[in-house]
This record gives sequence, structure tokens and C-alpha cells, in this order.
Amino acid sequence: MAKFKDVHIPISMSFTLSLIGLLVAATMLVAGVTTAEDFSEFLLTILGGVGLSVALAYALLSIFGTHVAAMIVSALLFAAAGLAVGSLGGAFFGAIGGVLFARLVFWLHFREYRRGLPPYLTAEQVLWHYGFRFICAAIFIFLITPILVVLPLSFNAENFFTFTPEMLRFDPEGYSLKHYRDFFTNNEWQRSFKNSLIIAPIATIISVSLGTLAAIGLSQSHVPGRRAIMAMLISPMIVPLIISATGMFFFYSSIGNFLEDSLGFNKTFVGYVKVILAHAVLGVPFVIITVTATLVGFDRSLTRAAANMGADPMTTFFRVQMPLILPGVISGGLFAFITSFDEVVVVLFVGSASQKTLPWQMFTGLREQISPTILAVATILVVISIALLTVVELLRRRSERLRGMSPG
Amino acid sequence: MKYSKYLMSVAAVALAGAATAEEMTIVSWGGAYSKSQLKAYHEPYSEKTGITIINDDSSNEAVAKLRAMNEADNVTWDVVDVVASDAIRLCDEGLAMEIDADEVLAPAPDGTPASEDFGDLLVSECFIPQIVYSTTFGYRTDMVGDTPPTDVCAVFDTEAYPGKRALEKRPINNMEWALICDGVGFDEVYDVLATDEGQDRALAKLETIKDDVVWWSAGADTPQLLADGEVVMGSTYNGRLFSVIEEQKQPVAMLWDAQVFDLDGWIIPAGLSEERKQRALDYIYFATDTQRLADQAKYISYGPARASSAPLVGQHAELGIEMAPHMPTDPENAKRTFLYNYEFWADYRDDIDAKFQAWLAQ
Repeated sequence: MAKFKDVHIPISMSFTLSLIGLLVAATMLVAGVTTAEDFSEFLLTILGGVGLSVALAYALLSIFGTHVAAMIVSALLFAAAGLAVGSLGGAFFGAIGGVLFARLVFWLHFREYRRGLPPYLTAEQVLWHYGFRFICAAIFIFLITPILVVLPLSFNAENFFTFTPEMLRFDPEGYSLKHYRDFFTNNEWQRSFKNSLIIAPIATIISVSLGTLAAIGLSQSHVPGRRAIMAMLISPMIVPLIISATGMFFFYSSIGNFLEDSLGFNKTFVGYVKVILAHAVLGVPFVIITVTATLVGFDRSLTRAAANMGADPMTTFFRVQMPLILPGVISGGLFAFITSFDEVVVVLFVGSASQKTLPWQMFTGLREQISPTILAVATILVVISIALLTVVELLRRRSERLRGMSPG
Repeated sequence: MKYSKYLMSVAAVALAGAATAEEMTIVSWGGAYSKSQLKAYHEPYSEKTGITIINDDSSNEAVAKLRAMNEADNVTWDVVDVVASDAIRLCDEGLAMEIDADEVLAPAPDGTPASEDFGDLLVSECFIPQIVYSTTFGYRTDMVGDTPPTDVCAVFDTEAYPGKRALEKRPINNMEWALICDGVGFDEVYDVLATDEGQDRALAKLETIKDDVVWWSAGADTPQLLADGEVVMGSTYNGRLFSVIEEQKQPVAMLWDAQVFDLDGWIIPAGLSEERKQRALDYIYFATDTQRLADQAKYISYGPARASSAPLVGQHAELGIEMAPHMPTDPENAKRTFLYNYEFWADYRDDIDAKFQAWLAQ
């Protein structure tokens, strides 16, 4: 078989240089729009940038034969430029930019982008191959950057959402843990954290129990009007939250008044009951949907077999059905938990200040005082969520392995 | 199953623990302002009476929320901190309790009755004044060159002071400043603003800087924008600017010219049970006496509403600087002040709001 890889394609300098110029112009177009004062300055900046980078690319290609040497030189050059503009932080990011630039130049010039692709692809197909990956990467970046930006800002030594010059210089003075300290010592934050930890688990338990039972019931074909019932049960997920919240406010107010005035319950206790019930209602649809999806793959003859062997329905449910649909129940429970833990609209309406949850405190904090403590809390929550999801995924894999459902 | 039982019992214990102490919910604005109230009023009061005070930072929506609570017959607030104009609205709608100042408020130390000590600031039967604050401008000292602004009209002068400005996203104050800088005298502003031509004139003046304005809606926005260097100047409450300048040490200075005075204070929601009402009145009596009002000024640069408190204003509790020169009422700062007209805005607010929002959307 002929080795297509070795087919020699003549290398053209003009192709590489014009592509580099185009890419740099596109990058600067995105970045330069915000900084330039008027159109002529804008045009000059872009032309200057393109000229400089094309010249540098030409120099790198004609002087160096290997990637590594070119990358080092280019990194040094960019780092020096970065140092002049933004000191240590600038140098750091400059060096990274330099390495990437040299890599890009050589990658384009020596047709490395063809490596690993079937050799019969046309130029358009190669372009689409990388264009597609570029779009995917862009989507990923847009999803993840807002979260990543928050992490360093939470270590800000100042009380504003700003990258200070000290931070960009990697000066230890610019960083501090004081917002974390504030979170752990401030009464308001601690109270709301405690409230979230009370409300979310109880609401989750309620919605998992009710949602699982509802899903099992609704999956039986003999239940009359099950489509209508299903639509009703998942409506909290479809109806705009603000409308549910307004309705819940009046509904739970009358329930609360009844509990307080006629049954003599304590005001704070009733407040918790109202918020927990409201959050349980919001969580139920998630449990129903995930459990229903798992039930599709559940073999009904198993329950009949169990009954045949003398198990009563309770035993059948806990010993046969439950273990098999457990993954669906757990992920439904996770969704219900996150719904309650993240929820701000309904709790603002239904709760009173003694039920202030973490999202409520973050919401008022954002509006009234813009304190980076919010970012510290957000960072902690992101870390907790990642840990939680990792644990669940590991447990799932472990149970699959134990049951021999997947090799590995 | 074991675990859920365990969780339930933990939760039950937590709920029971939260339920035993006596509580009252006090609504305020959050941020540095709530902190000053916590230090000057809540902490000493809790210590004295053993009542737990819960903060709800909802003053921004106080009117709407009180209406809804009243309709649902479920008022969860005991004392609410609102600006004077909101207090007037709540009083008119019967949502706030009417109060006889001399009966429920402490007299001054020399025996002057409360109604005289507060004087003109008792703008409504339901309103118990707490502080005098002003809405004024702050500017970045490093972005104005060698000639820092001394005149409020610098806001409209984009040639001398290029860059963005932060203005509040509502007509109040902005319309007045626009007319003042369009050559209308201080005492004629509201006469001019009462006419259609006057309103158009103010909007036309604002139009000249519309492209350079960042509109804010929460008191914390302007401090953030100034600290970022995103705006060269911006309006906000003077206490917020004090915090940016003296506590956060940002390169910002005050432009006191044509500051607009306004009042902030307490109301008690109407229709509380007798027990809660007595508790709220007891708190109010405690928190609005001469010494407490002066104490609040140790934490934030707002002027106490009682005449008898002014001489007691001392130093900042943490920074140790004299607070008097940072008060909006200090003679040096109050050379040119503009008096906010409650009646005018009560009558014209809806019309001018609609016009202003339509203009914003153009």
C-alpha cells in the first residue's frame, strides 16, 4: 500500500503568511473593537498587528528549522513585550502567547494539520474538520469562562469585582482569603447557609418519595387519565417560575395562617414548612421524569416473578424494583436538591427573612453591596457541586462494575 | 431509610432550636447601611432585651411587598426602613401605622419633646426619621486631569471631563440637575419641571450626554463602577462614596455641589398583633433616641435626624477619623444644596417616570 503520508506537498510561504495575517486580523477585530477610539486608529492598530506578526512568522520560519528553538525565541519575545506592558503577569501570559504563536506558524507551514486525517480529504473537508472543532471549543469556552473568572476574583484583596493591578502582577499583596473568612464568620451568611442545609435535604426527601411513587403509578397502563395527571405534575417545571411563585405566595400564606392561628404552631416553624413544601413541589417534576425514563427499561415480569414466589408488593418494591431503578431515583434526587439549593424566586415570595437561603443572601448581596464574599461562596459551591457529581459518578460506575453491567 | 430518619430528626431539632428565641424582623437596605444599624441599634438592643433581630434587606421593594403581604393577610415584617417618599405612599395606602411622635419617641436629653427635636423632618404621620442623606457625585481623582470638578455641571461637560458617567435609572434628581445646568435657578426648578416644555428641556439636556451614561439602579453600582475606573464620575448616596473613599481607599473624591437632601427612617406596618406592635414600638423608642442616632454616625456618614444628636457625632468607630466633615449637613459640604420636593414628586412621579422611561428606550 502506498504511503500517502509521505507524498510531498510543496511548501508555500505565501499561504502560511497570508493565513497568519488573516487569523491575527480576526483576533484583533474581536479584541480591538472595544479599545480603539475611532475608525482610523482602529484600522492602524489592526494593520500594525498584522504586519508585525507576519514579519515575525517569516523570520521564525526562515531562521529556525525546528519547533523548539522557534518556540523559545518567540516565547521570550512575547514575554518581553508583556513585561513592558503589564509586568510579571503580562510576561507570563506573553510567554504562553508566544509559544502558541510559534506552534501555530509551524503547524500551518509544514502541513501538520493534515496529520492524522485521511489523506483523501479535500481542502474544504480539512477546513471543516478544524472549523467544527473550533466551534465546539468556542461553545465550551463560553460555557466555562464565566465560572472560571469567578474563582480568582474571590481571592481579591479589595472589596470590588475587579482584577486589580496587583492581582495581574501576581503580587501576593493583591490576594487574600478575607472574603472566605467573611463567609465563615458573618452571621447573615452562616444563617442562610444553615437554612439552605435544612430546607434543601428535606425538600429533596419529600420530592423523591412522592415523585418516585407517582412515576411508578403513572407507568402502569391501567391508570385512567395518566397523561393528564402527568402534565399536571410536571407543570411546575413548565409554568414560568414567577407565576408559580405568585400563586404559591397566596396559597401558602393561607395555609400558614391556618397553621399559626388555628393549630398554634410557631411562626418560624411554619415558615420552614411553607418553603420546604414549595421547594418539594418544584423538585417533583425532575424526579418523575428521570424515574419514568428508568422505568422504560424495567422488566415488569420481574415483579410478577417476585409475586409468584410469595413476596408481598412492599417487599417486591424495595427488594426488586427499587435497586433496579435506583440510578434514576438518585439523579432525580440530585436535580431536586439542586433546584431547591439554587432557587431564589419562590423563596423570596414564600419565605420570610428567617428562612433566608443562600441564593437569597447572594441575590440581595449582589444588588445592595456587591461584595466579593458572593464570589467566595460561589467558588465553594462550585467545588462542592464538582465533588458531589464526581462521587455520584464513581458510585454509579462501581455499582455497574459490581453487577457486571459493564466491563471494566 | 435509616439515614432519612436521622436527617429528619436533625432537622426537627434545628427547627425547634430556631423557634424558641423571641424574634423580630427588621427590613433595611443591606450593605454598609445595615451594618451601621446592626452596630448602633440591633446589637445593643438584643443585648438589653434578649430579642433576636433578623435582617431582611428588602427595603428596595418595601412598598410592593407590603402591599402583597397585606393582601395575603400575612405581614412578616415588624419594622421597616424606607425613604420618606415611600413612607408617605405607605401611609396614604393605610399600610403603615400612624404614630404620635411625642407619645412613642423619646424626648431629647434636655426634655425637648420629640416632635420639636425632629422638627420639619416629620414629613408624614407614619414616618419616624432616622437619617439625612444626600445623593451626590463622586469622581475618580486620577481621571480628571489637573482641574478636578467643583460644579455639578461637570457631569454634562464631556469635553472637559471625557469618559462615562453613572446616573440613576430614574428621573428623580437627574431632571433637577439637568435643568440647573441648563441655566434654571435652584428655586425655579420645580416650577419649570411642572410644565411639559420644562420636562422636555431637562430630557434634551440629558440627551447631550446620553451616550456617555451608565445607568445604575442599586446603590452599590456606582462604587463598583468608580473602583473599576469604568466611569469618571457617578451619582450615588454620600455614605456609599464615604465608604469607597475612606474605608476602601479608592482614588475617588466627593463633588458635593448641588447635592440633593433626602430622608430615611422607620415605619411600622399596619395591622400587627398587639404583642408584635408593642415590641416594634419598644424597639423604635430605643433606636431613635438622641444617643443612638448619634451612634449610627460612627459607622456611616449620614446625618442624624434629631437636632439634639448633631453635637454628639464623634469619630468613626474603626478608622478614628472625625465624622462631622463627612456629613452632608456639614457647612463646608452644604454650600450649595438642593431641596428635594416631596409633594412635587408625589404628584408628578408617574407622568415623568413614563416620559423618562420612553426617552431611555429611544
